[in-house]
Amino acid sequence: MKASAPIATSPIWPEAPADPPSGLARSQHKSPGETAAGRSAVTERASKARTPKRGQPDREPGLKRANFGRGAGLPTLLLLPQVLILVFFFFIPSLRALTQSVLLSDPFGTTVHFVWFDNFKALFASGEYRQSLVTTAWFTVAQNVITLAIAVVLAFATDRVVRARSVYRTLILLPYAIAPAIAGILWAFLFNPVVGPLAHMLHALGISWDPNRNPNDALWLVIMAASWKHICYDYIFLVVGLLAVPVSLMEAAAVDGAGPIRRFFLIALPMLGPTIFFLAVMNFIYGFFETFAIIDAVTHGGPAGATNILVYKVFVDGFINLDLGSSAAQSVLLMTFALICTLLQFRYFEHKVNYGV
Amino acid sequence: MVERAPILDMICHAILIAGAMLVCVPLYFAFVAGSLTIAEVQKVPLPWLPGDQFFANLQTAWVKADFSRSFLNSIVVALGITAGKIVVSLLSAFAITYFRFRYRMLAFWLIFMSLMLPIEVRIVPTFEAVANAALPLQWLADMLHVADLWKWISGHDVAIALEWNMVNTYPGLILPLIASATATFLFRQFFLTVPDELCEAARLDGASPLRFFWSILLPLSVSNIVALAIILFLFGWNQYLWPLLFTTDKDMATAVIALKNLIPRSDSEPAWNIAMSGALLAMLPPMLVILLLQRWFLKGLVDSSK
Repeated sequence: MKASAPIATSPIWPEAPADPPSGLARSQHKSPGETAAGRSAVTERASKARTPKRGQPDREPGLKRANFGRGAGLPTLLLLPQVLILVFFFFIPSLRALTQSVLLSDPFGTTVHFVWFDNFKALFASGEYRQSLVTTAWFTVAQNVITLAIAVVLAFATDRVVRARSVYRTLILLPYAIAPAIAGILWAFLFNPVVGPLAHMLHALGISWDPNRNPNDALWLVIMAASWKHICYDYIFLVVGLLAVPVSLMEAAAVDGAGPIRRFFLIALPMLGPTIFFLAVMNFIYGFFETFAIIDAVTHGGPAGATNILVYKVFVDGFINLDLGSSAAQSVLLMTFALICTLLQFRYFEHKVNYGV
Repeated sequence: MVERAPILDMICHAILIAGAMLVCVPLYFAFVAGSLTIAEVQKVPLPWLPGDQFFANLQTAWVKADFSRSFLNSIVVALGITAGKIVVSLLSAFAITYFRFRYRMLAFWLIFMSLMLPIEVRIVPTFEAVANAALPLQWLADMLHVADLWKWISGHDVAIALEWNMVNTYPGLILPLIASATATFLFRQFFLTVPDELCEAARLDGASPLRFFWSILLPLSVSNIVALAIILFLFGWNQYLWPLLFTTDKDMATAVIALKNLIPRSDSEPAWNIAMSGALLAMLPPMLVILLLQRWFLKGLVDSSK
């Protein structure tokens, strides 16, 4: 590196002009003080030219060592679109939900009363809401277990086979492209009690199947559709994770006499622990929120509220029954849940570092 | 592979074939049903082999769901969300990694917080926000008593009623969905791995920050942008809740919403053949995207969740 370029190596840039004229003129600009500091930095750098750049401790996390200095004008402009959208469509609505959840208003919004936590109390007192809670719990847990179990088995098999691996992977990943609503419609047809081919098989086996009338059947139908749509997501993360398990470890275990299945359960799976944890959280988020489309396209929350999961109830109470206070209170409870999920995801990041997979 | 285990390998192939079947059976039956006449589709059991009405049904579904209009809407919305999210998050990632300013960490946390709440949990207030995007300004005006102030200054009596309704518009469908913490973090992580020397060299040559962004950072990010764009396109195309609330006008319906009108309800003619044709049509564009751009798709899928 030439000594004629001292500024380039000083760790913190001098005040960056917001809009300097382009051209080479800038590199000529230097003050005596900077030059001295710069030169010492040059010699320091030259002496350890091949060492990694980690020499300087980061003074601010997530900031480039070579940055554009302290000017606040340009970064503000750059951040403006994101922040404006967040304020309008995220922070203000969230605040509205919080305030509405402690208010009671009639459907036309003419009278508004401040009612403290009555909306929440009413929610927990209502059998409908408790039923919705139980339904959601069943729905998400069943969906989670089915999705993960199938994905783990498929990922294990994918890791073993050599021939046609990419063909299998492509096919199994296909549902990712399919909208939840469409996945729901496909399964609604397969299990339609009148024309559905799979429903016909069930009937032939002597099982009375009718998701339009039987609450349990309806719940299973949406669980199947939701799992079918989501297996691909868990699957690809597990496949990628398995690739990262050190081969030497597997070989050592094999030499010690552990068979492939035992190795999978005792080595690969524990090393994938953080990934599986992450996937479980993602499955819960998916089950709680994104499955709205499946419910709306297939069962409309029925029959008899059997598939009325929480997020669907927020929608029905807010937009159809126009019970804004109750809907907002439910929104707030859901937000709390989403918050917990995000914090759990944070823990995943920590674990990820510890395990190194 | 560590050792030879032919039997286990056979079992693995069998498992994978079963997995592939699990995926393909619903699609195959959709195809079969979509190729039958309405009389045939109601026969029990459903035939295993497709009939000859496939293209006729596609045509009927296309017309009945007005797909020529809703596909256009879907494409505009999906591309709008994709482009918007990428631009917005590239800019903010650039700002929080390359500039040292006072509220840098505040901006970081503001964006991070939006990760926590999916749009589904705040649909009613967000709907209000979009139905009248000027509402916050109205509150501000009310709070500051602008009307009274004006009356005091000029003697005129005014009522401030701001309104900016975005229902049934493309901005209303796109804007609330383009703030993205995930994409911002993806780009932030990537920018942190870009060698410092590049920025130093650019500074040395007198490049302005925007010039550096445009000529160096952006070309370096292309592979990340493409991978993310695919995921975001699928996300945009498959949106359901938001278009459902937001398209009271049939002309603004997206493909997935338009498809909903084809599903037979208990009181209508059970035209499952048309519904399945419609479903195949509506899933075709995203399906083609992941099949043709598989490598990028995989990268995007794994990257965007890190």
